[in-house]
Amino acid sequence: MKPYIQFEQMSFSRGRNLIFDRIDMAIPRGKISAIMGPSGTGKTTLLRLIGGQIKPQSGRVLVDGLDMAKASSQALLAMRRRLGMLFQNGALFTDLTAADNVAFPLREHTRLPPALIARIVALKLQAVGLLTAADQMPAALSGGMARRVALARALALDPELMLYDEPFTGQDPINVGVLLRLIASLNQALGLTSVLVSHDVAEVFAIADCVFVINEGRVVASGSPDELRAQMPHVPFLRQFLEGAPDDTQSVAGQQSANNLARALGLKRVDDNRPSTKGTR
Amino acid sequence: MNRVFIALFNGLAALGQGVLSAAAHTGQLFLFTGQLMGRLLPAWTRPKLIVQEIYAIGVLSLVIIVISGGFVGLVLGLQGYNILSKFNATESLGVMVALSLVRELGPVVTALLFAGRAGSAVTAEIALMKTTEQLSAMEMMAVDPLRRVIAPRFWGAVIAMPLLAGLFSLVGIMGGYFIGVLVLGVDSASYWGQIQQQMQPMDDVMNGVIKSLVFGAVIGLVAVFEGFNAEPTSLGISRATTRTVVLSSLLVLGLDFILTAWMFGA
Repeated sequence: MKPYIQFEQMSFSRGRNLIFDRIDMAIPRGKISAIMGPSGTGKTTLLRLIGGQIKPQSGRVLVDGLDMAKASSQALLAMRRRLGMLFQNGALFTDLTAADNVAFPLREHTRLPPALIARIVALKLQAVGLLTAADQMPAALSGGMARRVALARALALDPELMLYDEPFTGQDPINVGVLLRLIASLNQALGLTSVLVSHDVAEVFAIADCVFVINEGRVVASGSPDELRAQMPHVPFLRQFLEGAPDDTQSVAGQQSANNLARALGLKRVDDNRPSTKGTR
Repeated sequence: MNRVFIALFNGLAALGQGVLSAAAHTGQLFLFTGQLMGRLLPAWTRPKLIVQEIYAIGVLSLVIIVISGGFVGLVLGLQGYNILSKFNATESLGVMVALSLVRELGPVVTALLFAGRAGSAVTAEIALMKTTEQLSAMEMMAVDPLRRVIAPRFWGAVIAMPLLAGLFSLVGIMGGYFIGVLVLGVDSASYWGQIQQQMQPMDDVMNGVIKSLVFGAVIGLVAVFEGFNAEPTSLGISRATTRTVVLSSLLVLGLDFILTAWMFGA
């Protein structure tokens, strides 16, 4: 099947900082794909490139065949109506209630009568388990609730493509579980294509069909979670990232500076140069 | 000697940096103005949004404008009476107060207060929307933030400003009446009669209206531009808000001189 999103030799830089270096990536239709990588590797930037908010310096980003960099503003708007995005902090409109937030895209893009909009809003809020919070302002919602309201808003226009930006960051384990279930069940029930960027390995591996790991501007590994586990022994960065092992050079440097501090404080013999993890003497 | 040269070159480099950054900022402002122009008429397809902004920007500024207008009128009445009484011309107090207000003080003082009260609020609101990714979210929902958020606020400022300036002048004239006629004993008929006789609706009033429209547009443009282009941090919001008040106040005073020279110059 033709991929829904395709990156072809795409490069993007901010000033002199090269974020992506000629990457190729094909995100399959109807599946949950995850883009993973350490903080600061440009995962959110990748979502903005998919949404056409920023344009690559070279190469192409094709979303359902549409080149997002060269599309006319009309075509870009039409494409954006087919996608929903869950922002990391929810990005709810703070002057509107939860229900009005969910109704916002419906009021902007449809001419449905208010009664019908109210029913759709109620359905969407019910889908994320927050019908009772309909009249609350975003400031009165907890972080997890705000993210679920934002999810309901992103789903308001029944998108084909859902983009999730770090959906699990800062959430308690119960909320993470709720979000995981929601993302997986929505994808299956509505036949969406979902792209989520995250660095939460366990959560992503639980629901993703396909995972791309990026580091220093390149895709260093891709495949299903099982395939990535199989690749782990052969790709050092992958092993380090998936197992959460500390960076070797950093850990040695860190240990040395801790030793120096301990010596300065008189907690360690000056002639003891061996790295130690047994605490002070 | 070397140190002197280094200090000199550093100073020169800093000056060049400042000029470059000011030029870039001005360029951005022109680009932004061009983009906004294209959205000004389409914004009227949603008049409710503009009315909401007139309320938020104009109606909520009423208290400060009315109180300030009253005090300015009282002071003008008092000062005017003191000067005119030296020439036995206190019956001209009304026209002096009215002309000062309608031609100058109404538009200018209202604009300065408006920049502080409404301009800063508009900048802070838009900058915060940007910082919390609300504008970005709107864009991803295929809603143009320039048309949905920026253009209605600009129109709100352009429409509210002349109405507030008119109210300021009206309350100021009442303040002058209170101090001149009711407290200091100027003849009431002279106060109003002179205003009626000597004020030219097309010259004096219309010029005041034009001034306040221009000031409203300038403050509205600066406020939305600074908010939209603010750095998305708390420091960025604070800097943008300050820039709105400083820049729009300076532009109002500079433009007032140019407009006065054009309208009333030799």
